[in-house]
Amino acid sequence: MLDADFFRRWMTATAASVDREAERLTALDSPIGDADHGSNLQRGFTAVVAALEKEAPDTPGGVLTLAGRQLISTVGGASGPLYGTLLRRTGKALGDAGEVSAEQLAEAFRAGVDAVMTLGGAAPGDKTMIDALVPAADALGDSFATARTAAEEGAVATTPLQARKGRASYVGERSIGHQDPGATSSALLIAGLAEAAGE
Amino acid sequence: MSDEQLVGIVLVSHSAEVAASVAQLAKGLAGGGAVVPVAPAGGTEGGGLGTNSELIAAAAASVDRGAGVAVLTDLGSAVLTVKALLAEGDELPERTRLVDAPFVEGAVAAVVTASTGADLAAVEAAATEAYTYRKV
Repeated sequence: MLDADFFRRWMTATAASVDREAERLTALDSPIGDADHGSNLQRGFTAVVAALEKEAPDTPGGVLTLAGRQLISTVGGASGPLYGTLLRRTGKALGDAGEVSAEQLAEAFRAGVDAVMTLGGAAPGDKTMIDALVPAADALGDSFATARTAAEEGAVATTPLQARKGRASYVGERSIGHQDPGATSSALLIAGLAEAAGE
Repeated sequence: MSDEQLVGIVLVSHSAEVAASVAQLAKGLAGGGAVVPVAPAGGTEGGGLGTNSELIAAAAASVDRGAGVAVLTDLGSAVLTVKALLAEGDELPERTRLVDAPFVEGAVAAVVTASTGADLAAVEAAATEAYTYRKV
């Protein structure tokens, strides 16, 4: 069973990897975006970790709901409401149980990914974070490690795609050949989950 | 006409200057009607380009007179942030609506319409209709 501490470790591990990879995320965002993805997410996840320390929610749902709210209010770019909605909706789906099973998390995460698709209007193949999150959600039923691999492969597979959503869609065909920064950071989020699970 | 009955307007842009200027423009063009509560919510907390949900929530609260709040946005994260706040359910005043409209023309239409004492649905319709105004 997964308790609040597991979810806190997930957020902390993700914050650490976003910190490590911030420059790379921003570099990926330079040719096709507005070169702020790394710094935006860094600010967001730093705020998440600080809020979790301060408020110390004691349920998995509480941890993710608080994290999501922080991302919406601190990121400043589109990734804020998108990741914020992902975590908040996943957290709401987990309810106020003190512990949840991996299966319950997989189901709740699916609800979170669906909410992101509704909010942003993106579908798989549009060269967005969805291209990493959907394969991860599909694989979460197996193991966290499988989900991490699926998300990483999904992020790499965005390279030949032409962006159809967001800022990158304005550059049209020139978005082809660049790995999507949002899919890349989504893979970091799933890697943080696997890390929290010790996988 | 009492100020209590007017719909409030929030203008959300990536840029603080754009939001403030469009608010000023729309109020200026509204002319002699009742003074509509209009609040800009532009840029990030640090004054950079982006969207700040706390500025949006504060702006919406500041223009809420009980007749509803129409929120107009520019693009990208401004749209997504307002939608995410609306989905949350408790961060924006009751009867707050994201209005699908061009930012400048929609803001003018919304403020002018609100200044006549029109309700939220009429303000929204006028702002959305601004899409149909062709320039060429």
